[in-house]
Amino acid sequence: MDFVFILQTMKTLLAAVPMTLALFFLSIFFGGLLALLIVWMRVAKNPILSNFAKGYIFVFRGSPLLIQMFLVFYGLGQFGFIRYSFLWPFLREPFVCAVLSLALCTAGYTAEIFRSGLRAVPVKEIEAARSIGMSGFLLVRRIIGPIAFRHALPAYSTEIVMMVKSTALASLVTVWEVTGVAQRLISQTYRTMEVFLCAAAIYLILNFVILQAMALLEHRLSQHRRAAPRLS
Amino acid sequence: MWIVEVLGFGQKGWGGLLVAGALMTLCVTIVALLIGAILGTLVAWAKLSGGGVARTLGNAYTTVFRGVPELLIIYLVYFGGSGAVSAIGRSLGYEGFLGLPSFAAGALAVGIISGAYQAEVYRGAYLAIPKGELEAAEAIGMHRSLLFRRIIAPQVIRFAIPGIGNVWQLSLKDSALVSVTGLADLMRTSQVAAGSTRQYLLFFIAGGCLYLILTSLSDRLFNRAERRANRSMPSSFGQA
Repeated sequence: MDFVFILQTMKTLLAAVPMTLALFFLSIFFGGLLALLIVWMRVAKNPILSNFAKGYIFVFRGSPLLIQMFLVFYGLGQFGFIRYSFLWPFLREPFVCAVLSLALCTAGYTAEIFRSGLRAVPVKEIEAARSIGMSGFLLVRRIIGPIAFRHALPAYSTEIVMMVKSTALASLVTVWEVTGVAQRLISQTYRTMEVFLCAAAIYLILNFVILQAMALLEHRLSQHRRAAPRLS
Repeated sequence: MWIVEVLGFGQKGWGGLLVAGALMTLCVTIVALLIGAILGTLVAWAKLSGGGVARTLGNAYTTVFRGVPELLIIYLVYFGGSGAVSAIGRSLGYEGFLGLPSFAAGALAVGIISGAYQAEVYRGAYLAIPKGELEAAEAIGMHRSLLFRRIIAPQVIRFAIPGIGNVWQLSLKDSALVSVTGLADLMRTSQVAAGSTRQYLLFFIAGGCLYLILTSLSDRLFNRAERRANRSMPSSFGQA
């Protein structure tokens, strides 16, 4: 083992971690917002809205992320109205394209996860809330939202780990995050194993920290389900 | 009409190549699923019944290969495998670089990833077998191999089908990443077609549609298999 080389590799890869984190947080944030919109459409009574949401979920969960990313990265420029609009300076950037396609993709998966959380909300709790006159946004904010979110949390943390791994694809549209830098190092030095181990360690630590944070959140949100502490 | 021409099967059409790419994707995924089934069984076995060392190794395998980006694992197998093949070539007197065939590298890489997920599926399926059945089989003097063949294997397969269906969908989508090694699968073919005709939108949408056909058809297949495997069981909650 060549520790000098490993140290050097680690330093180079760590410099790319902020890019991976930026991709991750931005796509989780925008993907989550979009998922809320889609799950609202999915459970709507209006058949046009719910069928649109079903189609969205089918398309984005059924095709590989890479083809979606290439579609955004290479395909958007073909539309004249996008090319000459004020948005083009943003949409030209590989980073924006990567975040956009990651967010669109995770929204499909997250919408299904949120929907399964919604289905876990007991009807009786909604009836109880309605009987004391709660309705509309207040009902969603105080009763449905919190219960559904807590039920969806375990599946959502799996999806979040998947997203950490998916940020690697951004390297294929020339965003230099950890995997892209690792690939460049491998093809420069041909020391596959050492570079792989360094990059793998970075991803495993990231995933571990994120899963730990999600477990903490789950613990905090399920206080009412644990037995009350004994007095005396 | 130019769309029909470009996507068609004629002289200028890319239709034939795209379908061939879809078949290649299917082949890579099937081989990867088989490799993953072997690896997954071994790892599940190590995690369930092995000693301390085997269990630690099994846990390390599932943690690493489920926690690290698929693209990185493909680079590891492709570049690492090519390095190993070149070293063997050097020892046999051949100077220079020898590449691992991209089909082998891709199927192996996706297989290693799918093995990590399959291990968890098989482990869960084994734990779902009622303990009483294993005890009953032992009580009437069944040997370990007979016990495995008659009691464990049929039930593990039945419990594992929904999980295997999920792993299949994951592997099918992971196989798109194998295109970085230059294998002419559906992803790579759409990319080449898009690049040489400059019709990016058209060909990536066509490729995406073929992927959707593959995923929805295989989803239907797995649902049918699940119904068939459960045909003698009393219908229970959550059945397809």
